[in-house]
Amino acid sequence: MQEIIDGITQAFQLIISLNPELLEVTALSLFISLSATAISTLIAIPLGGLIHFREFAGKRGVITIIQTLYSVPTVIIGLFVYLLISRSGPFGFFRLLFTPAGMIIGQSILILPIMIGLTITALSGVDRNIRDTLISLGATEFQSIARIIQEARFAILGAVILGFGRAISEVGVAMMIGGNIRGETRVLTTSIALETGMGNFGLSIALGIVLLAIALVVILIMNLITSGALSDSDKILGGPQA
Amino acid sequence: MIRISGLSRRFGNRDVIKEVDLEIRRDEIFALIGPSGSGKTTMLRLIDLLDRPSGGSIIFDSLRTDGKEFERRSIRRRMAMVFQKPGVLNTTVERNVAFGLEFRGMSPDMIRQRVGDALQKVGLSGFSKRRAISLSGGEMQRVAIARAIVTEPEVLLLDEPTANLDPISTQIIENLIVWINKERKTTVVVATHDMGQGQRLASRIGVMMEGQLVQSGEMYDIFYHPVNRAIATFVGIDPVRDGIVESNDNNLVTVAIHGIRIQAVTALPIGQRVAVCIRPEEVTLSLPNACPSASSARNCLAGTITHLLPYGPFTRVHVDCGIPITALLTRRSCEELGLAHGMRVNATIKATAVHVIPDPGPEDNQLHVKQGEAG
Repeated sequence: MQEIIDGITQAFQLIISLNPELLEVTALSLFISLSATAISTLIAIPLGGLIHFREFAGKRGVITIIQTLYSVPTVIIGLFVYLLISRSGPFGFFRLLFTPAGMIIGQSILILPIMIGLTITALSGVDRNIRDTLISLGATEFQSIARIIQEARFAILGAVILGFGRAISEVGVAMMIGGNIRGETRVLTTSIALETGMGNFGLSIALGIVLLAIALVVILIMNLITSGALSDSDKILGGPQA
Repeated sequence: MIRISGLSRRFGNRDVIKEVDLEIRRDEIFALIGPSGSGKTTMLRLIDLLDRPSGGSIIFDSLRTDGKEFERRSIRRRMAMVFQKPGVLNTTVERNVAFGLEFRGMSPDMIRQRVGDALQKVGLSGFSKRRAISLSGGEMQRVAIARAIVTEPEVLLLDEPTANLDPISTQIIENLIVWINKERKTTVVVATHDMGQGQRLASRIGVMMEGQLVQSGEMYDIFYHPVNRAIATFVGIDPVRDGIVESNDNNLVTVAIHGIRIQAVTALPIGQRVAVCIRPEEVTLSLPNACPSASSARNCLAGTITHLLPYGPFTRVHVDCGIPITALLTRRSCEELGLAHGMRVNATIKATAVHVIPDPGPEDNQLHVKQGEAG
């Protein structure tokens, strides 16, 4: 019990004093997971749109596979990416193993299915009538898809947030691809695993609090946008020109 | 303006549109009338080129419409459609109205001006910055109309534009439709299940039933000369069946139904099985002692009142004269005559007001009767 109380006390001291190691780990975590989310978003929205708007054989099957991959264990993605980018792997010459770039690739792959799947769900949520309306107003296929994606912006934003949440909280890829190298690939989650193993509960708890605080901030921003406190349409997905 | 021939549409193995021939004339308001599920929406979607027919063709202003998507789009851009559900997007009213112009690549200045004009026309000038989905049903439908007319279409298609709206919104929208047709010279096709709306708006009407265009023509023809029982019922007549033409003297016929004889005007031959349609407003009721002498062109039937149903400012009076006859009277004249349930009255109907349609009998389920076959 005393350990926990001491840990929490120490955690707050570290946070308030802006401990350099804590800041560095947090910054790297944010950088890697935000990059992965950005890359995944750029792939997931067009790909999700393509799957939703095009009719093709096996569409149902593709969607089922995507949904199954929502719950793929992070270590499996870690293993898969490791095999691809390790020195003897097909992409070994890029020397991506144990680098932040490798971690970004791993996390992007990890969160891609959930983002594509939720994008499809978001687009399905837009009334079929809207598409007819846009086409009847003279939209080209591209123009109508762009408007429908815009119409589904809040639900798609939810997909992005969930993807980010999965990226920043995962350990498998970060550990296996990053290697938890201090100052280079050490992120919040791998740090917690390591420090706990070493008995540094204070730092672990501090890192945990930071992780939760990030989640809180993200959710607050999302709520602010969806509640319309910010003039939404022009702040998301490029606004009127989208 | 639009010539439709042999148009069909199948969904799976269900024929939703069956061999429809129809011409929409330039500058007219044409009403497609029919019960829900009769194929009106599918017809409008086919006309707007949102869907491709399974058979037949649509010629728009002497252009074929079965080409590539971009060719169809350039034709589609000469039309606009308002759907039953307004389909407004979650953004401002102004942007909703601007979509059609944006798609056509119009400059922002022009768009602003045209959108402003369109919103003024539909009476929503102060609403441009409002969130479209926060409006009432009637206001949303007006946004949808503004969005459609802002592109200045040659043809405006409206699918049940006032379904589920209150009477005031309905009136505003009907006035708008007439205005668009008169002032903008826009050809209008409106689908509605409301006979009265068709009557208020349109010059010509097409009646759809089970995917077929069963009758089309001037309002008067359809109201007074429905070609078959189903249409008669739909336009507010309760046809009396099991009649047979007994004599025909220069098209003045006597029809025998359940022992009652009714005179009517038709060219149908002796022995023809028929149903008789009498519009309720053509029936005059009088008290038994005041029956006018039955002239050669006038039917006078004695009967008993079975029901009195209030119908707005009117009362529908059902009289059992051996055959059921319905009369539509103003509430005032109903009171003056002192009509009540069980009372004996005489129903008088001019022979020219009795419409006779061929009706082979109960096994007849065929809806489609070619025009000209009926009397």
